[in-house]
Amino acid sequence: MTTTPAQTTPIIGLEGLSRDFQRPPVLAERLLALLGRKALPPVLRAVTDVDLAVRRGEVLGLVGESGCGKSTLGRMVSGILPPTQGRVTFDGQAVPTLTGRDKLGYVLGVQMIFQDPYASLNPRQKVGDIIAEPLRVHGMATSRREVIERVDTALAEVGLDPSYKERYPHQFSGGQRQRIGIARAFIVNPRFLVCDEPIAALDVSIQAQVINLFMDLRDKYELTYLFISHDLSVVRHIADRVAIMYLGRLVEIAPAADLFAQPAHPYTRALLAEIPSVKRRRRKFQPVRGELPSPLNPPPGCTFHPRCPFAIARCREERPVLRDIAPRRQSACHLSDQI
Amino acid sequence: MSGALLDVRGLRTVFHFLEGAYPAVDGISFTMRSGEVLGLVGESGSGKSVAGLSLIGLIDPPGEVVEGEVLFKGRNLRTIGESALRQVRGKEIAMIFQDSLAALNPVLTVSEQMVEAIREHADVPLPAARERVIAALRQVGISSPETRIDQYPHEFSGGMRQRVAIATALLNKPDLIIADEPTTALDVTIQGQILAEMQTLARETGTALIWITHDLGVVSELADRVAVMYAGRIVEIGGIDDVLDRPCHPYTQGLLDSIPAENAPGSRLRQIDGTAPSLAARPVGCAFRLRCQRAGPLCAEREPDVTEGPSGQSWRCHHPIPQGDRP
Repeated sequence: MTTTPAQTTPIIGLEGLSRDFQRPPVLAERLLALLGRKALPPVLRAVTDVDLAVRRGEVLGLVGESGCGKSTLGRMVSGILPPTQGRVTFDGQAVPTLTGRDKLGYVLGVQMIFQDPYASLNPRQKVGDIIAEPLRVHGMATSRREVIERVDTALAEVGLDPSYKERYPHQFSGGQRQRIGIARAFIVNPRFLVCDEPIAALDVSIQAQVINLFMDLRDKYELTYLFISHDLSVVRHIADRVAIMYLGRLVEIAPAADLFAQPAHPYTRALLAEIPSVKRRRRKFQPVRGELPSPLNPPPGCTFHPRCPFAIARCREERPVLRDIAPRRQSACHLSDQI
Repeated sequence: MSGALLDVRGLRTVFHFLEGAYPAVDGISFTMRSGEVLGLVGESGSGKSVAGLSLIGLIDPPGEVVEGEVLFKGRNLRTIGESALRQVRGKEIAMIFQDSLAALNPVLTVSEQMVEAIREHADVPLPAARERVIAALRQVGISSPETRIDQYPHEFSGGMRQRVAIATALLNKPDLIIADEPTTALDVTIQGQILAEMQTLARETGTALIWITHDLGVVSELADRVAVMYAGRIVEIGGIDDVLDRPCHPYTQGLLDSIPAENAPGSRLRQIDGTAPSLAARPVGCAFRLRCQRAGPLCAEREPDVTEGPSGQSWRCHHPIPQGDRP
């Protein structure tokens, strides 16, 4: 099969993407600054120098523990949060340079699904109004009748009865609310969905329903997903490729099957070993020690070295870069060749 | 069962609302031996947390425990009275909650609240109590406990706070710990650490453990026996290998089937359709029948009784999964 340049251009590209956070200075710090003393609040680097390309039609799983920067990354991809450094590209064009129709193409084409189905829906709006709001904001429907028709279609698409549009969010269960959130993202015909822990708040039997819905919608509309999750077993099921994040940086990227068959980075190995499985009984737990270090004060060298069972002297001094270790596989570890 | 540490018989807890009383826990019975780990599994609203609280009389109005016996070392905790129950709670039976920040007092240091837990139950001088607290914190993997003991709960990370809660539960060497989703809010690597410590401690001290969770994977790796709850009832209970490898109740099978790792990557997950019925809208007959593929006319007529298999596994189902059909 021959590929045209348009097919090989990633739908979303991240180039040297970083994001800092700094709290506003407190009074004492402002006074000291007035006196000419340097007393600015510390800078927290949540995402550091991420390069990543998401190909058309793929599901890219982004995995990491709380505080690793995965949600911040997702919010930059969807344009909710501007990066401090680097840029996001959409169909090969840098997002800040987009204008007019191209900009609208990005704004509508990239939609986000949030983790908490209780916090992401306005409790005072009817479900029909919540789902129709993007249409109104962007003037995408010519008549009230068309709005109603499209809301009905979107509800049916996510497996909810169109009559539900007269109800309020509190009248729905967690799984149903997550479907409402999906319908709202879906009504503008997006091409790319950033799903930020979309099933973490749901019960086991409901998780399966929503995962199935995501897979059905992807097949039907040839969507591309950035699927953010802390749950490796869910990512294994849904993702084509997986990126592992630790303390703001990507530490491993690999096709899902390869990553689960043969994890390269010690952190990925630790994560995989900790997935609870119904196949294992009375396990002798041997967990990775320590906790995620504070991003305000990251360790020198490889940020994983204080917890890494394989760490050598070099890991404490020199930060490993993300490099190719096999076709389509990258890992950031000094020991990639040895372990 | 005279050798049982805990013998729960027909425990029923209702919540009183204007329209009437709704059973959150609807007649559950089980027994536990010393040192045993029982996984209590269910989805939200299944009654698993209310069951845990009901055992030690921590149900507040509008909730009320209305029926049943909780025989702990031969004494019925439901009838011994509040002051005797206070002596059991925190000494012989300890509880660990999901939200450790809410479970710890924010205006007391760790030392103050843990020392109180010791001195509430025994006449221990303060320096000795402090020593015991430091030893307990070290036991659960908190480094430099001598300095951390005088910090406040907000100065600890989520994983460390949960360790403090576990250390507090262990202080008086209880015979039974009831842990309600203690690792659900934690990252997998931290969850692994906590599970490792709980497992070691349970083995070393002979403490029995009721581990309440929605995560079958955690139960599989930790528990000796498992009870599956649905709509206020234990629908299946038995040895961990029996229930997880040879489930008889269709709901247990459905839960196992919907785990992504039990399905080929990229395939459609075998989902359970529908949602669990709310407290006020439980169907007549078997509460699971509307979501069940094996349901027949009998399921709508009357609720199934408990059937017990040869290995001690028991279930509540009119049409259990026949064991001969398995590959």
